[in-house]
Amino acid sequence: MLEIKDLYAKVGDNQILRGVTLTVNPGEVHAVMGPNGSGKSTLANVLAGRDTFEVTEGEVLYEGRNLLEMDPEERAREGVFMAFQYPVEIPGVSNLYFLKAAANAIRKHRGLQELDAMDFLALVREKAGLLEMDQNLLNRPVNEGFSGGEKKRNEIFQLAVLEPRLAILDETDSGLDIDALRTVARGVNALRSPDRAFIVVTHYQRLLNHIVPDHVHVLFNGRIARSGGKGLALELEAKGYAWIEDELVGAART
Amino acid sequence: MATMLRDTDTYIMHFDRFGKELAAQGPSSLLPLRREAMAHFTELGFPTTRHEEWRYTSVAPITRIRFQPAVADGNGLTQAHLPLGRITGCRLVFVNGRYASELSTPGIHAERGWTLPRAVKAGSLAAALKTDFERVETHLARYAAFHQHPFVALNTALMEDGAFLHIPRGVIVEEPIHLVFIATRAPSGRGEPVVSHPRTLIVAEENSLATVIETYAGPDGDVYFTNAVTEIVAGENAVLDHYKVQQESEAAFHIATLHVQQARSSTFSSHSISLGGALVRNDVRAVLDGPGSESTLNGLYVARGQQHVDNHTVIDHAKSHCNSHELYKGILDGRATGVFNGKIFVRPGAQKTDARQTNQNLLLSQDAVIDTKPQLEIFADDVRCTHGATVGQLDEDAIFYLRSRGIGVEEARGLLTYAFASDVLGQFKIESLRTHLEELLHARLLRGERVRERR
Repeated sequence: MLEIKDLYAKVGDNQILRGVTLTVNPGEVHAVMGPNGSGKSTLANVLAGRDTFEVTEGEVLYEGRNLLEMDPEERAREGVFMAFQYPVEIPGVSNLYFLKAAANAIRKHRGLQELDAMDFLALVREKAGLLEMDQNLLNRPVNEGFSGGEKKRNEIFQLAVLEPRLAILDETDSGLDIDALRTVARGVNALRSPDRAFIVVTHYQRLLNHIVPDHVHVLFNGRIARSGGKGLALELEAKGYAWIEDELVGAART
Repeated sequence: MATMLRDTDTYIMHFDRFGKELAAQGPSSLLPLRREAMAHFTELGFPTTRHEEWRYTSVAPITRIRFQPAVADGNGLTQAHLPLGRITGCRLVFVNGRYASELSTPGIHAERGWTLPRAVKAGSLAAALKTDFERVETHLARYAAFHQHPFVALNTALMEDGAFLHIPRGVIVEEPIHLVFIATRAPSGRGEPVVSHPRTLIVAEENSLATVIETYAGPDGDVYFTNAVTEIVAGENAVLDHYKVQQESEAAFHIATLHVQQARSSTFSSHSISLGGALVRNDVRAVLDGPGSESTLNGLYVARGQQHVDNHTVIDHAKSHCNSHELYKGILDGRATGVFNGKIFVRPGAQKTDARQTNQNLLLSQDAVIDTKPQLEIFADDVRCTHGATVGQLDEDAIFYLRSRGIGVEEARGLLTYAFASDVLGQFKIESLRTHLEELLHARLLRGERVRERR
């Protein structure tokens, strides 16, 4: 589904990704972990198409197509979704209106009929229930005045409504209390399916207790320093990231 | 050697011609008042950008054209041509400034089962000057400052018609009264641009309640000049909501003054949306002339291409314990220019004044320009006055957020632009009007974006 090959990206003069290679197959959940500044969020944002990052080398194939050549909206319509680390507040646009515009843009792209107001409302109610979203939030302007937890929940709610094939969660666990974390994880788990893949970017292992990954990758200095199964996350939790750093430095010396 | 024509001469000639007709009409012609106003106009002349109140707005494009007085000519207009047809209630239509009875539905809406309360007078000002002279004369030209403002002077000298609304004490008018000022294309062969001077007087007596909409429109692409003045008198405890929808031709000139004089405990609101016009100047002046009165000025101006739109507002806190809230927002695209000048006076003794003013502007292009200037002149010490002005562009993070959900970049920009305007439109209480304007704005903002895309 997704093949990232030797990807380099920078912001201004600051080189952040230095050769990331990663393959994600349908149905898989990949956790991308790493210390602050390792390039986790950059990777997520490059995949979503944020133009503040400049890709200098490498390629990304999504379903066999060059993802990097696609506009952000085209990526979304093709089934790529990023849950933002910092969801944006949009005063004056209701959550419901926004989601309907998004859902219909995606449906139109896929050659499906646009949803009418009734069908859309039914869909939205069902998904809001899944995430225990306060229905009042639906009519409020997008993210405006939402608490940190409500914003994150709203991201996963959008994911549930838009049904992407590749979902990237950018530090969705940051700022969540344990109850919200469980609800969000339950929402994500309900959306796991054989033809949908997840990339879960996180700093901490705790989210992975609830969303159990198939693969764990540790990003360090803009490169995947180590990959493994879910056990790797537990090892990181126990030993901290310094352990990887020591190993890398040790490897470089020998 | 030929004498140079001054730019005011066109209008002096209009007045000379007009004056002869008026002389025969007796007192209802208001000849002494008109002469006085014309003298002020001649003395003041057209303002230049050296004039503080006109620093950012040059009226040279208006003075360069020798406008002809508009003639009453429906030119085949029917009700179907009228803007805002969905608004129910009393409708008075003015074609080129003159009352058009065949297009108006002044009192009764049999099909909707609604009747204007019988005590309410809603009709032509010219007619009221003949039938109700004293009542009109008590208020007409008593408020709008024709001795200071050259365009008000010109209107006062040359006004022929407009609306006269009288809502007697204690009367509540539930449905809006809709005043439609429409310019028509000159009959073929006579393509000279025309000028009209619509004049409206609204007297809302104590404890009355009414809603008035003024709409200005004309044929797309036509050059003409609307020079309008509206005076509103709000009596004690009166509640008056005023809406103005300016959708003139984008080649037309629109200069308008709205003056409201408020008595004790009256509540007034002005909601203004300005979409059309090549050169637009709106003066709004609210005088809080009785304790406990309240004024809301709410405005949206949208301009593109080379449109110029200037909003000058004055809120005059003349008495104590009055509140005013003002929110004006501008959306400027292309090479459009905008001006917002918001003055708040707090007169000596106007203690416990609470005045709040906000002006926010969204610039959609590199070439659009806004000049915004709050002016507070406070002569009392126990008051609360706040003001703030912002100028900004669309939020790139918000655009990316929308795009990342599959919404196209142009639609995202349109949506955010529209959202910027939404809190002003949200204050429009007449649902059919609000819906109409939302649709109009939505179409315009998205269409504007498509034009940009093609470039």
